[in-house]
Amino acid sequence: MSTVIEVDKLVARYGEHTVLKGIDLQVQSGEIMVIMGGSGSGKSTLLRHLLGLQVPHSGHVRLLGEDINAIPAQRLVDLRRKMGVAFQGGALFSSMSVGENVMLPLREHARLDESTMQIMMRLKLDIVNLAGCENLMPAQLSGGMIKRAAMARAIIMDPRLLFLDEPSAGLDPVVAASLDELILKLRDATGMSLVVVTHELESAFKIADRIAVLDHGDILVCGSVAEVRASSSERVQALLNRRIQPLELNPEEYLKRLTGGPVSGGAIA
Amino acid sequence: MRNAAETIGRNTLAGIAELGLAAVLLLESLGWIFTGARRRQPVRFSAVLVQCVDIGLRALPIVTVLSFAIGAMVAIQGIHTLSIFGAESQVTLGIALSITREFAPLITGILVAGRSGSALAARLGTMKINEEISALTVIGINPVRYLVAPSLLAMVLMVPLLTWYSDMVALLGAGIYVSLELGMSFTAYLGELRLYLDNHDILHGIGKSVLFGMLITLVGVVNGLGVTGGAEGVGRMTTRSVVHAISAIVITDMVFTFLMTR
Repeated sequence: MSTVIEVDKLVARYGEHTVLKGIDLQVQSGEIMVIMGGSGSGKSTLLRHLLGLQVPHSGHVRLLGEDINAIPAQRLVDLRRKMGVAFQGGALFSSMSVGENVMLPLREHARLDESTMQIMMRLKLDIVNLAGCENLMPAQLSGGMIKRAAMARAIIMDPRLLFLDEPSAGLDPVVAASLDELILKLRDATGMSLVVVTHELESAFKIADRIAVLDHGDILVCGSVAEVRASSSERVQALLNRRIQPLELNPEEYLKRLTGGPVSGGAIA
Repeated sequence: MRNAAETIGRNTLAGIAELGLAAVLLLESLGWIFTGARRRQPVRFSAVLVQCVDIGLRALPIVTVLSFAIGAMVAIQGIHTLSIFGAESQVTLGIALSITREFAPLITGILVAGRSGSALAARLGTMKINEEISALTVIGINPVRYLVAPSLLAMVLMVPLLTWYSDMVALLGAGIYVSLELGMSFTAYLGELRLYLDNHDILHGIGKSVLFGMLITLVGVVNGLGVTGGAEGVGRMTTRSVVHAISAIVITDMVFTFLMTR
């Protein structure tokens, strides 16, 4: 097995506030890596760095052996053709039909005739159970359909890396379960590697080969489902068992915050 | 006091950053327009055409109405003012120069800023908050090539064409009023126009309108990309784009006219 994604001491900051504190992460070829964590844990920021949408403060992100922040523009475009991304809200282009949305990467990157592209688009829509929806506009779709259409667009180029941001969030349990099945089926059929960002425990345990639990910008534990379940970390257990964590407060910082005085770094988490 | 200074400083920095962004976007767009095909990522003709229809063709009715009214207004005002000296018959010279050099480019620029500049800001703003711009980037489609360059090209083509059209309609509107009011035949009016108007005057107005087209696009794009905070943010930046674009047009017009009449 080869390493397809390599994150090396990744530090991300917004102004003074450090969001990721030196993340190390590897994803192997054909693996489903689930990144889990509560709100504000930095998982969305980590995903944006993996996609090259944000430049790290320090550290490296290597996809398929190439440093995404250091390669020339043309090589980056070539790399992006091997990646598929489905965003949390779908990010379908609202001025285009579902079919046009799914075909867009083909139109831009592949020199195929129209009917071939149409066939490929219908194939992918069929895979995500949206057969016959190609002429609908995104505004006419339900939440679950939008996520599946976004997935169809993400896999149209048969990518080697697929990134899914909260694929089952906000969906009813049946649709969410069918999406999990779809993710497993896709991996088994194509051997692609997946990075799935989610906070849905059930879904994570079902699909993951490995889980990385992110908390306050650190990876608490990274391992198989069994390893994560057996983790001795209190915060991991709190996340798994949905326990409310007692806030760690420094009395001095707390007073400053209440009185509106200048607050130093770390207090705003 | 410290807060006021801080606010001024912050706003100045933000303003300079926006100017810088506009300059970068302009250079990048020009880069894609001229070298995109060689980089196997051309600016699509179809996208430019769609923008041309939206910016140019769909604006024709309103440009017609306003240009006609402006033309008539200049004629009315001109005759009224010149009658003080009993020099009404000289009105054509004033009409010809003020319409082609100032009124037509200005009214066209302001109309396009209100119609298309705001639409551009709203479209990009909505795309940004829906992550559609991020989606383009990860698909490997440069958002500047795909969204900004076609708009810029269409704007730089359409605003001058609309200005030329506005010249014609406004001169027609003025001519109709002049011939009715002064009893001058329309043919005589056209003859005077030919006598007074130089290619240089028409080109002065058209040249300005190319600049206006660029300004409208860049202001719209910068404001659209600056959207934060959901639907309310889109509304705020759309309004801001119209105000900024019109201000930029009027100030640029003044500077351009000053430099060209030296």
